[in-house]
Amino acid sequence: MRDPNIKKVLLLGSGALKIGQAGEFDYSGSQALKALREEGIETVLINPNIATVQTSEGVADRIYFLPVTPFFVEKVIEKEQPQGILLSFGGQTALNCGVELHKSGILEKYNVKVLGTPVETIMDTEDRDLFVKRLGEIDVKTISSEPAENMEEARKAAHELGYPLIVRAAYALGGLGSGFVENDAELKEVCSKAFSFSPQVLVEKSLKGWKEIEYEVVRDKYDNCVTVCNMENFDPLGIHTGESIVVAPSQTLTNRDYYFLRELSIKIVRHLGIVGECNVQFAYDPYAMDYRVIEVNARLSRSSALASKATGYPLALVAAKLGLGYGLFDLKNSVTKTTPAFFEPALDYIVCKIPRWDLSKFHGVSRKIGSSMKSVGEVMAVGRTFEEAIQKGLRMIGQGAHGFVGNKELQVADLDEALKDPTDKRIFVISKALSAGYSVDRIHELTKIDKWFLCRLEEIVSTYSRMKSFGKIEDVPAELLLLAKQEGFSDFQIQRAVYDDQGSSFDNVDRVREQRKSLGIVPVVKQIDTLAAEFPAKTNYLYLTYNGTYNDIAYENDGKSVIVLGSGAYRIGSSVEFDWCSVTCLQTLQKQGYRGVMVNYNPETVSTDYDECDRLYFDELTFERVLDIIEMEKPHGVVVSVGGQIPNNLALRLSRHGVQILGTKAEDIDRAEDRHKFSSIVDSLGIDQPEWSELTTVEEVDKFIEKVGYPVLVRPSYVLSGAAMNVCYDEDKLRHFLSLAAEVSREHPVVVSRFMTRCKEIEFDAVADGGEILAYAISEHIEYAGVHSGDATIQFPPQKLYVETVRRIKKIARLIASALRISGPFNIQFLAKENNIRVIECNLRASRSFPFVSKVLKINFIELATKVMLGLHPEAPVKSAFDLDYVGVKSSQFSFARLEEADPMLGVDMSSTGEVGCLGDSLDEALLKSVMAVGNNIPGKKILLSTGDPRQKADMLGACRLLSEKGYDLYATGGTYKYLVENGIPSTKVLWPSECENPNFKGKFRPALEMIRNKEVDMVINIPKNFTDTELSNGYRIRRAAIDYNITLFTDARLATAFIRAFCSISRDDLQIKPWDRY
Amino acid sequence: MDKKLGAVLRLANGTEFRGWSFGYDEACDGEVVFSTAMVGYPESLTDPSYSGQILCVTYPLIGNYGVPEEGLDERGISRNFESGRIWVRGLVISQYSEDYSHWDAVKSLGEWMKEQKIPGIYGVDTREITKYLRDKGSMLGMIVPDGKEKDFPVDDPNLENQIAKVSCTEIIRYGSGEKKVLLIDCGVKHNILRCFVERGVEVIRVPWDCDFTNMEYDGLFISNGPGNPEFCNRTVGHIRKAMKTGKPIFGICMGNQLLARAAGASTYKLKYGHRSHNQPVRMVGSNKCFVTSQNHGYAVDGSTLGADWEPWFINMNDGTNEGIRHKREPFFSVQFHPEASSGPTDTGFLFDEFISKL
Repeated sequence: MRDPNIKKVLLLGSGALKIGQAGEFDYSGSQALKALREEGIETVLINPNIATVQTSEGVADRIYFLPVTPFFVEKVIEKEQPQGILLSFGGQTALNCGVELHKSGILEKYNVKVLGTPVETIMDTEDRDLFVKRLGEIDVKTISSEPAENMEEARKAAHELGYPLIVRAAYALGGLGSGFVENDAELKEVCSKAFSFSPQVLVEKSLKGWKEIEYEVVRDKYDNCVTVCNMENFDPLGIHTGESIVVAPSQTLTNRDYYFLRELSIKIVRHLGIVGECNVQFAYDPYAMDYRVIEVNARLSRSSALASKATGYPLALVAAKLGLGYGLFDLKNSVTKTTPAFFEPALDYIVCKIPRWDLSKFHGVSRKIGSSMKSVGEVMAVGRTFEEAIQKGLRMIGQGAHGFVGNKELQVADLDEALKDPTDKRIFVISKALSAGYSVDRIHELTKIDKWFLCRLEEIVSTYSRMKSFGKIEDVPAELLLLAKQEGFSDFQIQRAVYDDQGSSFDNVDRVREQRKSLGIVPVVKQIDTLAAEFPAKTNYLYLTYNGTYNDIAYENDGKSVIVLGSGAYRIGSSVEFDWCSVTCLQTLQKQGYRGVMVNYNPETVSTDYDECDRLYFDELTFERVLDIIEMEKPHGVVVSVGGQIPNNLALRLSRHGVQILGTKAEDIDRAEDRHKFSSIVDSLGIDQPEWSELTTVEEVDKFIEKVGYPVLVRPSYVLSGAAMNVCYDEDKLRHFLSLAAEVSREHPVVVSRFMTRCKEIEFDAVADGGEILAYAISEHIEYAGVHSGDATIQFPPQKLYVETVRRIKKIARLIASALRISGPFNIQFLAKENNIRVIECNLRASRSFPFVSKVLKINFIELATKVMLGLHPEAPVKSAFDLDYVGVKSSQFSFARLEEADPMLGVDMSSTGEVGCLGDSLDEALLKSVMAVGNNIPGKKILLSTGDPRQKADMLGACRLLSEKGYDLYATGGTYKYLVENGIPSTKVLWPSECENPNFKGKFRPALEMIRNKEVDMVINIPKNFTDTELSNGYRIRRAAIDYNITLFTDARLATAFIRAFCSISRDDLQIKPWDRY
Repeated sequence: MDKKLGAVLRLANGTEFRGWSFGYDEACDGEVVFSTAMVGYPESLTDPSYSGQILCVTYPLIGNYGVPEEGLDERGISRNFESGRIWVRGLVISQYSEDYSHWDAVKSLGEWMKEQKIPGIYGVDTREITKYLRDKGSMLGMIVPDGKEKDFPVDDPNLENQIAKVSCTEIIRYGSGEKKVLLIDCGVKHNILRCFVERGVEVIRVPWDCDFTNMEYDGLFISNGPGNPEFCNRTVGHIRKAMKTGKPIFGICMGNQLLARAAGASTYKLKYGHRSHNQPVRMVGSNKCFVTSQNHGYAVDGSTLGADWEPWFINMNDGTNEGIRHKREPFFSVQFHPEASSGPTDTGFLFDEFISKL
């Protein structure tokens, strides 16, 4: 039974989403909080990520939007006096913070008990040496390297470990002098080279091509263990598991393999003393029963979230209960509700996880994938064949793929190279290779991907080519059509195979759909029930498949269900905020007496927790699949406005197929989405917008720019590589950028707009009913327009806007809401220069900032919008943002540290991966908390400055003076140094990278890079001056060094100024430790 | 897989599921049962406890890792299987993978079944079949490829003594060691032999109806086996006699049922049995729980145990008996499979416990 002394528990969240630590922790934290509340335990949550579900009303009793760092956590502990703390639900952030609190004796001081896995065990798994030692105690093999200082030692180590081996030169960067060796002769050759680089080599067992297998293990304090799920990586060892396609359960392991590794996992977990959930990763020899343990994660992880979704076993909920002292036998299986939680799920389907990369959003980053994680999100596809699951999954990642085949031709210079050296496009390279006639053996040789997977993929290619031999859908034999659907082909892929892009693809898709329906080829709905149908389960967790002939559920068809379309894979620009919107919408629907039906496929979300809705379809958000589900559910209507752009884009087509879209009409959504239609509406309403034009020849582009002048924002419709849009400051840049676009033509026009500099950007989030605004929130960017709204720092309520500006914005918004007859959520972005207001864009859906403004204002915009969409005509809330006596600041989280070589510069394309929102009694206080919550520190003494062009230098002068007055030591590069001296601010000159070899400077001044590398500065402010190549490369090296050496970096003058003013006006100790409900 | 031959799975009540034939293209019949195990088809197919049955594997992707080599090792135990042949009468799956990939594999599942003359059907909705059997109970059925004739009525394997079909016919000895275990072969899985031999025990394997009571041994082991325990009254008689010697007795699966019957308890047929790798059991009176591998259609009625006996393990899903033990004597047995193969290996320690008592 549980420990009765625990009455109040503190849970540490994971903060902003970043690469390697994303939405999965919102899911696990939310489940843990639910588990605690079920026990009547008071819960306190620290998490600055304001867009999460866990930081919503009713999930935790007390919520602190504060950084998850020992400093703030201690303050909260002091204030709240909890008896217990949960460290394993907030990713590495919470774990690291917990370990520090333990080491510094703070947990002991306040008598706070760590629930679940003890801190000592966590430390055993986090410290590499301890880990190897602990596993050595039970003769479990880990990946270890043997150092050798001469040839003899190297040979000895080699013979102990056994070939093949990898030899690395120690202390050498970038793998210099490393190599694979198969025998003594090769060893000698590589070692002699390696010893020329380094006095020591490391000899390691080569696990190249080994399989990567994971087990999710649960253990209670009575030593009962179960493995909830195992997973197999499609990509062999060498590619980070977060970058791999993963399937569950494993597909190429025999019974012996499977239970051999399972037994090892349990042995490890018992020895380490885990209480709760844990993940064990193995490298597994594809030619023998040999293994190495890669690592053990003594906490909930991305894999555990995936395992929960893959099996229906709520790992986080169970782990939290076990932390309270329950045994697994005390808890029930939450799907069957009758059988115990002590069991291992049996699956009767396969799931396939595919990562989503957004590498084109970053400047300078390599597209190769390998041992570090770069992906920003993932999808999980469920099917009853691997073919079905992977084709679904490839559509779900939402990067234009229609499946494994039938996609836009991929340009690959050298297939062999591309297969050997994987990039984010690897799976499509395999598709291309198979179509080009590469054998499975050949691809296996180059990729080491297990042949079983490759055979399944080859089958897809073969079915595609069989369909190609037919000229119209009516000629395709029913058997082949069914096979194609069973292999996960979409109607679109089938039409492409059959019609070869002749005619309208939309019409062809409809033809395919009609034809197969007339043949009775329709999907069936199946339950995910944890026990493979062995026991009756009333589960609402569903997927669709063509590999089956019977539906698992009987539909009510009573018009009381409402389908909510979710947001799909997390990506740059669309993440947890839309999950909050979706979950909130579902909850409101249920409160209003409707069945909330969710469609989404992102395993990292709360919306795909089957407890959150009446029915969950873990399936595609494609037009085809959504229509399939609608045909089964026959709902009251469909909500397309809470899941971001994916559902929004489906509105018009669904509506044309007779689907009832709730809220704003599909045609009106289209009038906002279509650039031309919207522009003419805006013009007709007499509202200003930046001049723009859609152009089809380079001459037209030149002519347009002649009229509006540089800078311009250029958006080609198709770009081969690099960013999708860019600001061009001069003709050189424009020519260069246009050369990256595949072509400028009638089919591929380019949109050029006047780029407004030094303008304020303002967000208008609102809910309207029948074209009348019910509630709105105006928030203001701290940065000037030109920094993407998803990267900008946002203050709400606005702090520096003229009353007149606000008045005009409201007026314009009213006009637009009425013209578009909006019923539901919407967002308008404005530019303001003085009191001149221009509209940039308008989205008739919830925006990224909805959770932020809803939680700061304490008016739930989505709840209100949902009521509007249900036709309930809710009252307008009486409260206004101008009544608030506190401020919310939203800051963006960047993941540049994970993205080697990417330039950490902000621009018109979004590059942040997450955000936080903090509250304060003043702007300074809220800003400080918020900026610190995304990983920045208040600097110690020394600051390195390069403050950009003359105007930016002038903008920052006041802040620099303030720093100087406060006793900070300023180091400045040439121009900035000169400017500061001229203005009477003392500073020390340092050298740009390009100046270091200059004999006039060398030896006289310190190179800036050296100071960064030696960590002699505490903060770097580097404002890009102009966009010439030398300037960019000089600045780039400094910015990149700041990221690589983990020094707080600012690249925007306005934000840097605001931050400097904030920390100069209040100190860290003055920051208020106040929960949300006290504001 | 160019030319596909249609086939049908027909159940005794007339329900049909259409799919494609694979393996041996002939008709077969038997009791249709389902298993939710996700791995281990070579082990399951050769498990004598499946004698007389058509196995429906709920997990939809089968054949992926092919089939390993046949043949016996130097100890006379099958190298990779649970017996010398396939005992399942027919196999029902969703997707069949003729392409296989594993270092240990020598042929595809289909080839192996063809060699052993075992029909299979794929492309059917195995989840639906499982639900159907769960609701209606295990029932007779047949796989009939297109062009082959077969229809009901067929013989009910539960009315036959399946154990007599699968048991050895003469005494076989395995391994060597100080201690000798006499093993009553009701259809023993070879991994049980491995479990003993690898622990340094000599095994004397005797036919199911052999009167071993005058033979020399240190402990008695009663193996797993197919079908209805009521056919083995002769064996039960021998066990009763053996109990009088006080030598340790250990039974698995059918062994549990026979020991229970020897102790005076009764057995009964479960609606659809337990066939999976994920059956949770709890040791009575403790907090110890185990995930077990199971394959049985009959169970011990725990309420009929005599005063000298007690339930040892209980199934945590449905509360059925999973093991019994004598309150004083070293007699005990389990309904699940501590030898695993296929399935989880958590309860392998029971072999050590038994051997320590010899």
